[in-house]
Amino acid sequence: MDKTLNNKAWFLVAPVLVLVAFSAVVPLMTVVNYSVQDTFGNNQFFWAGLDWFDQMLHSERMWAALGRQAIFSAIILAIEVPLGIFVALNMPKKGFWASVCLVLMALPLLIPFNVVGTIWQIFGRVDIGLLGYALAKLGIGYNYTANAFDAWVTVVVMDVWHWTSLVALLAYAGLQSIPEAYYQAAKIDQASRWSVFRYIELPKMQGVLLIAVLLRFMDSFMIYTEPFVLTGGGPGNSTTFLSIDLVKMAIGQFDLGPAAAFSLMYFLVILAISWVFYTVMVNLDKAEGK
Amino acid sequence: MAQITLKNLAHSYDPTPRSEADYALKEMDHIWEDGGAYALLGASGCGKSTLLNIISGLLRPSHGRVLFGETDVTDAPTAARNIAQVFQFPVVYDTMTVRENLAFPLRNRKMDPGYIKARVDQIAAMIGLEAELSRKARGLTADAKQKISLGRGMVREDVNAILFDEPLTVIDPHMKFELRTQLKSLHREFGHTMIYVTHDQTEALTFADKVVVMHDGRVVQMGTPEELFERPAHSFVGYFIGSPGMNFFEAEIAGAHAIVNGVEVPLGATHGPVPGRTRIGIRPEFCVLDRAGGLPFQIRRIEDVGRHRIIRGEVMGTEVNITVPEGTEIAADATRILFAPEKINVYADDWRVAPLGEEM
Amino acid sequence: MMRSPKQALVMTLYILFLMVPIYWLINMSLKTNTEILGSFTLWPRDLTLDNYRTILTDPSWYMGYVNSMIYVVENMVISIAVALPAAYAFSRYRFMGDKHLFFWLLTNRMAPPAVFALPFFQLYSSVGLFDTHIAVALAHCLFNVPLAVWILEGFMRGVPKEIDETAYIDGHSFGSFFVRIFMPLIASGIGVAAFFCFMFSWVELLLSRTLTSVNAKPIAAAMTRTVSASGMDWGVLAAAGVLTIIPGALVIYFVRNYIAKGFALGRV
Repeated sequence: MDKTLNNKAWFLVAPVLVLVAFSAVVPLMTVVNYSVQDTFGNNQFFWAGLDWFDQMLHSERMWAALGRQAIFSAIILAIEVPLGIFVALNMPKKGFWASVCLVLMALPLLIPFNVVGTIWQIFGRVDIGLLGYALAKLGIGYNYTANAFDAWVTVVVMDVWHWTSLVALLAYAGLQSIPEAYYQAAKIDQASRWSVFRYIELPKMQGVLLIAVLLRFMDSFMIYTEPFVLTGGGPGNSTTFLSIDLVKMAIGQFDLGPAAAFSLMYFLVILAISWVFYTVMVNLDKAEGK
Repeated sequence: MAQITLKNLAHSYDPTPRSEADYALKEMDHIWEDGGAYALLGASGCGKSTLLNIISGLLRPSHGRVLFGETDVTDAPTAARNIAQVFQFPVVYDTMTVRENLAFPLRNRKMDPGYIKARVDQIAAMIGLEAELSRKARGLTADAKQKISLGRGMVREDVNAILFDEPLTVIDPHMKFELRTQLKSLHREFGHTMIYVTHDQTEALTFADKVVVMHDGRVVQMGTPEELFERPAHSFVGYFIGSPGMNFFEAEIAGAHAIVNGVEVPLGATHGPVPGRTRIGIRPEFCVLDRAGGLPFQIRRIEDVGRHRIIRGEVMGTEVNITVPEGTEIAADATRILFAPEKINVYADDWRVAPLGEEM
Repeated sequence: MMRSPKQALVMTLYILFLMVPIYWLINMSLKTNTEILGSFTLWPRDLTLDNYRTILTDPSWYMGYVNSMIYVVENMVISIAVALPAAYAFSRYRFMGDKHLFFWLLTNRMAPPAVFALPFFQLYSSVGLFDTHIAVALAHCLFNVPLAVWILEGFMRGVPKEIDETAYIDGHSFGSFFVRIFMPLIASGIGVAAFFCFMFSWVELLLSRTLTSVNAKPIAAAMTRTVSASGMDWGVLAAAGVLTIIPGALVIYFVRNYIAKGFALGRV
């Protein structure tokens, strides 16, 4: 659509600007402020320059958390995106069962994060949880509170449980927009099931899948509550992701300077990656609009 | 390539049809000859798409059989029928290039790459897309995309039939003519059986050797454009074909005459006794105005439509149109209308009644 | 209609995977603590509603639900109200810095709440909003406003511009056009945006817990109470969990026919 040039449109955007400035810019400035100062308590601050940034850049703790975070996000994207597409392809297209599937699939998305953590905390316990109990009965030694690998598996399965439906629903919406004629034409062209997926379904899902990947990437990179409730970041530091570490540092240890520097770098990493996604998405939109 | 036979074919979307009204397609028996160019013409909702989908195998008929040549294909899936179909809206594989799009049906059938290349080049030349062959299909205009669809429909040489489902809906008017001419010459060149669904009579009449007119789930006439014009088998064909449509009068038939409102109108042939509601039909092209004789005619208005003029008027309360060549003088005192006797058709309950001695 | 048995199987397995943990939560919420810890049972042998009674009769518990509801609704109203005109501007006009502004808005959706927890705490404390519903509602605007703008912009782009022009020619002022003509046209978009605002505000815990202590404490935070000196009160914890699922389930049920479209965010 051709848009008119109209700088008065700023008036329409103003309320959002004021609100977001209040809830984002001011706090962000506070963070920046902390990140360049040091304090010995009593609200006395000293200029610390970029020391905190320098310190954080050389902090093994932060790099370790970042590494865990990157691995976690990579794993859940690698599982949730293909699984979500697979589920979407198998969903009934219309009728009663389609509604049933949609409602049940959307359910985990509206459960508060800490309750998601709680559900899996209970579910995985060897003494009272179905999963833990069943695994123990099968003779599999499983204990997510003591074994780092088990903790990781549980956190990943929990996230898959929690969010795969989001990917599936987005993919499903993309599939729904494909006219029946495409499938008929493919039949006539004797396209294989794989070709139908590769040349009809995947291209049509591309846009929504990018949204799904973007959302899942951002949210998994910021994950806090669910693993915090489930494992508390443990055992040891094995499931201490960036947000958990940050909150520990800022609120637990009150190391404001390093925490603030850490925050800013954390934010920048997300921003940079999201920007890449966003640019790709906008370009895609343009290509389709042609 | 094969002749297509529809045997006692009928279809209902309702699994337990109770009355005839539940049938989207009423029982029919037809043979579509091998190598014919057919147009399936009718208003929207008359069942023409249903019939097309049954032929292509996208829909299984609830009653009757479909035969390709001697083979019963009623239960055969689309892929096994070896047909091609072009849809109303362009279906292109967005992420492929134009070349890949055209080659797709051939590649899926594991044809020789050399042959594929040659064939694709040939088709591309035919639809005028040679320059775009290596471009991605995404981002082409709707026109070009539909040309790709057409090209994909025609790329296979061994198909039993090519089906077109209102393929020119999204095409610009001037391109429509060009593409239709292309299709026609393709038909002449390769001799595929082609079935072309449309609601546009011009498209149907210019494309097809034989036009199949459908109305209310029924094939009401299958004939050459000339037959449809001269001897519409059903009053619907009379109305639908021709512009304006046929004029109809309630009449009584007595041998070689019809009596309309007490006035005797001579017919070109003798009819036996005609049962039911009887009417006579005459094309506007075969009516003339005169000062005396015939039926009384009142002129309402005159329209100029290019090469001819349409005189709209009334004969004793019935609306009647007359077509006269451009430049014809219309006398002020011309108050009577005459019909060419041999061009009058007789209808009983909407179906044409053949005069005695005419071959069916 | 299921298209094939294989598909039905895939869906059944997936839905089972989703439902079993939830079933387990419900199962536990209906058991006594003795049963939970004493013996392993697939369904409650000794069915009890005591856990629910505990929650529904204790204001410090059930006010948690009320608090959550209040700030979620406040957030929904604020987010949609400010997002509507902004989305309109983005979908209809080019103006100085529009693209940068749009991306900047989206970056706020990308901001980790953990980064903002502490500054928010200080900000809202200093303006005297700490432990109020509106504080949480405003904090959640951080991620909900950008999302709402983005969703609404997608839907508005689908409305032909000619409609705006016709309305102005017919003598509508901008305000009356927007409220009487435009908003009904994108009603489904507003619904979808509201749904997502509800969703993200309802499920968030980190900020809502940081910004409240007593008066506006959300249910999610209240749940941490079940850890006491005498060990976990598993039954009550499970019951509280089940009760937090219900509002979401109700919302989904009401929008069930729009879920697929809604999740496409107006961008399909």
